[in-house]
Amino acid sequence: MNEANRSGIIQGATGEWEMVIGLEVHAQVKSNAKLFSGAATEFGGEPNNHVSLVDAAMPGMLPVINRECVRQAVRTGLAIGAKINKFSIFDRKNYFYADLPQGYQISQFKQPVVGEGCLTIELKDGSTKEIGIERLHLEQDAGKSLHDQHPDLTYVDLNRSGVALMEIVSMPDMRTPEEAGAYVRKLRTILRYIGSCDGNMEEGSMRADVNVSVRRAGAELGTRCEIKNVNSIRFIMQAIRYEAQRQVDILEDGGTIEQQTRLYDPGKGETRAMRSKEEAHDYRYFPDPDLLPLEFDDDFINEARESLPELPDVRKARLEETLGLNAYNASLLVAEKENADYYEALLSAFEGLTGKPATELATTAANWVTGDFFGLLNKAGKSVSESPVGPEAGAGLLALVADGTISGRTAKDVFEIMFETGKAADVIVDEQGLKQVSDQGELEAIIARIIADNPGQVEQYKGGKDKLFGFFVGQVMKATGGKANPKLVNELLRGTLDK
Amino acid sequence: MSDLTKLTIAQARDGLKTRDFTSLELTEANIRAAEAATELNIYITETYDLALQQAKLADDRLADGSAADLTGIPLAIKDLFCTKGIKTTAGSHMLDEFIPTYESTVTANLFRDGAILLGKTNMDEFAMGSSNETSFFGPVINPWRVEKEGKNLVPGGSSGGSAAAVAARTALGAIGTDTGGSIRQPGSLTGTVGLKPSYGRCSRWGVIAFASSLDHPGPITRTVRDAAIMLSSMASYDEKDSTSVERKVPDYEAELTGDLKGMTIGVPREYRLEGMADEIEKLWSAGADWLRDAGATIKDISLPHTKYALPAYYIVAPAEASSNLARYDGVRYGLREMPQGGDLDAMYEATRAAGFGAETRRRLIIGTYVLSAGYYDAYYLKAQRVRQRIAEDFNSAFKDVDAILTPTAPNAAFPIGDKMDDPIAMYLNDIFTVPADMAGIPAISVPAGLDNQGLPLGLQIMGPAFEEGVVLKVAYALEKAAAFDAVPKEWWKA
Repeated sequence: MNEANRSGIIQGATGEWEMVIGLEVHAQVKSNAKLFSGAATEFGGEPNNHVSLVDAAMPGMLPVINRECVRQAVRTGLAIGAKINKFSIFDRKNYFYADLPQGYQISQFKQPVVGEGCLTIELKDGSTKEIGIERLHLEQDAGKSLHDQHPDLTYVDLNRSGVALMEIVSMPDMRTPEEAGAYVRKLRTILRYIGSCDGNMEEGSMRADVNVSVRRAGAELGTRCEIKNVNSIRFIMQAIRYEAQRQVDILEDGGTIEQQTRLYDPGKGETRAMRSKEEAHDYRYFPDPDLLPLEFDDDFINEARESLPELPDVRKARLEETLGLNAYNASLLVAEKENADYYEALLSAFEGLTGKPATELATTAANWVTGDFFGLLNKAGKSVSESPVGPEAGAGLLALVADGTISGRTAKDVFEIMFETGKAADVIVDEQGLKQVSDQGELEAIIARIIADNPGQVEQYKGGKDKLFGFFVGQVMKATGGKANPKLVNELLRGTLDK
Repeated sequence: MSDLTKLTIAQARDGLKTRDFTSLELTEANIRAAEAATELNIYITETYDLALQQAKLADDRLADGSAADLTGIPLAIKDLFCTKGIKTTAGSHMLDEFIPTYESTVTANLFRDGAILLGKTNMDEFAMGSSNETSFFGPVINPWRVEKEGKNLVPGGSSGGSAAAVAARTALGAIGTDTGGSIRQPGSLTGTVGLKPSYGRCSRWGVIAFASSLDHPGPITRTVRDAAIMLSSMASYDEKDSTSVERKVPDYEAELTGDLKGMTIGVPREYRLEGMADEIEKLWSAGADWLRDAGATIKDISLPHTKYALPAYYIVAPAEASSNLARYDGVRYGLREMPQGGDLDAMYEATRAAGFGAETRRRLIIGTYVLSAGYYDAYYLKAQRVRQRIAEDFNSAFKDVDAILTPTAPNAAFPIGDKMDDPIAMYLNDIFTVPADMAGIPAISVPAGLDNQGLPLGLQIMGPAFEEGVVLKVAYALEKAAAFDAVPKEWWKA
């Protein structure tokens, strides 16, 4: 058992317990309009500004399915290798709440638009695991109750009311918080790749209900608790750890787990009961008589399939196999589509500038993108698309290193200036005179002078004190203001000193 | 000039086109008649000022030649159709101050064609009732009464105000909705023509929902021809109603030939009820004879699942209603009752207890029950299967016959208060009308005779889905043969 898996085992006084985790991820469908009304879906805005008569459930209003939302659900289903159901049904899930205008949510209960699929997750140690997906269905989001606007009253904002969500339900296949985190990250990557959801967890575009139970290894599934509406990967993992330990403590004390809906409080780092099974709603599901069954043909599915970009797993394999990248770099690059797009654009420009084959440049480029480039972006809190240094400019910098114009060390400084000023690398090198000294005659003259000035060190070096070689390199760099071509300096020094 | 309120829509249309009278004159005459009939409690909201404005505009259209069939025709609209800027109550305290900001598709179609709105008619609360007695605004009184008794009778329901408006000659035509018989049964009880089109023929957008899969907008008129004219305007495919059907709307008036040669009319034996009044039996036979005389062949048929239709209806309709009416929660519009210091649940309870009448509450409770976990399969799912069987019964019958003839209702109008304590007796009013709603097929009630107390009785013609033309054609022949020309004595004018 690897390290990540081992963390899913809880050592109790009576023996080991295993966590069993399943996730229901709610992902807001990226679309022009809501699931059953023409109202806009953009985040933010004044409360109740994106509300149609349908969203407010005015008397006599009827839902009409938004085809784009269906298309996005089908694309998502295809991206997770799932069965697409050409016939599915919208049901009403009935319950009363102030931010649920219709008194029911239109969802899919018995016949979802997407059936079983599978997601491959990668763990820290490089191993992979398949997580089953039970189904994906479309449903409406509710509005938002604001309890902090008035001492006695609750305010309701219906901007989210009717927004399309995909609920993606996993099998209870995860055994550690890390697997759950990797699952959500992977799902998010795919959704963002295909553009069916922006995956923005802070804005609530993606959130998860987390089902947790514990059992003795290999035993029957235990009673589960569902932790509702957790909105970050970190919190999902924390909630699972807390909840599993809570259940183990109860079982170890001879208690039994009560099936409950719970909430995670990130401030206290604990989950607490929301309602028990006895208080659970009877949602009185039935097919929505205002809507016909959702039906589409193979052409619709094929069009959806053709619209999919290269998916992250395929792309990662391609980067490894055809460009020779290591798994670490490849994973980092494909984690976000825009990262991989940046990398490939940079590599292509780099090829053009150097005339060398991509295979020869790929690793250099990957190391730079995942190293210096991501490092500076992180520091600046910017995403790739916000980078002031585009892929062609990045390639320009790498080409200067490749042809010996500047050293790798200088390149770091140049990049920082590029990042600040948006200027091209060659312009900065020219302006600041950073061009590497590669003139052999000039360097030989400098080396000759340094040797003449430091006879003691030369004697010690020749006497066997090899470490002093660095001293001479340093002196040459000092004399050239750091611009000497380090490779050439090494060669020339060895030629002179080791004679 | 003859009494303009006695005209049919077709006569008024022709008179307006030939400028025998103006829409303003026609509208004023109907307003006067309506003002004299306030005792009947037909309208929840009268819109006479608007009607006069619309009439002037209609006269302009009639003058410039852009008039449609309904231009300048004063109509009464059931208060279930949302009308922009005009109070729309569904007959309920819950919505008694509700003013929509939008116009239902059906009323928009009528107004597009220049129809005049006299007012919004009284109805059973949320269309739940067969006598118009469940209205928050009090019962509508049937213009018909048994002369020697002088008791107030019900007009049927739920479109009781619309039927009474047409029967009392206070509007030339009206629209209603039919979920279990709410157009045809009041048609039968008031001596008017009530047409329920196929499901999907008239848009439900902007019609306050009772039971989504069963709600059918349709016209109530004095003649079959008027029903054809009204339906031509009301019917349309509507992208805003997913259950609306994209089909050409034929010229229904052209179907009214009176000639049924080559047609076969089915008479289903299951509609012969134990203990049904002789006079209804007799009228039904007479109806078959009339159709035979018009050239049709009469055939005995069987619709074996008929007896399950009413019980299944009283599961499906309340189930859908329990969900459709959940939106009346006091949060966004309509009535809100907020008990001092109460929480959200307290507000729901107080609002819905105060806002809904007893019959509505009964059906919401039934509907909630039949959808509950553990009962869904036994009730709702089974009722839907029954519904499927009923539709199959009709499908196989229509392989052999073009249309089906039955009575519309098992009884004539009854005194107000008679059945309010007995919901089952009340529900039985819809026994002959419910099957066509369950199957979504077109059906019409045509006044065909009087019972021995002098109250009107209707006969019903049902046809295959989207064959309103066939239904109207047979109904027209029936109407001609029945030659029903009785009118209620205008006792309310005394």
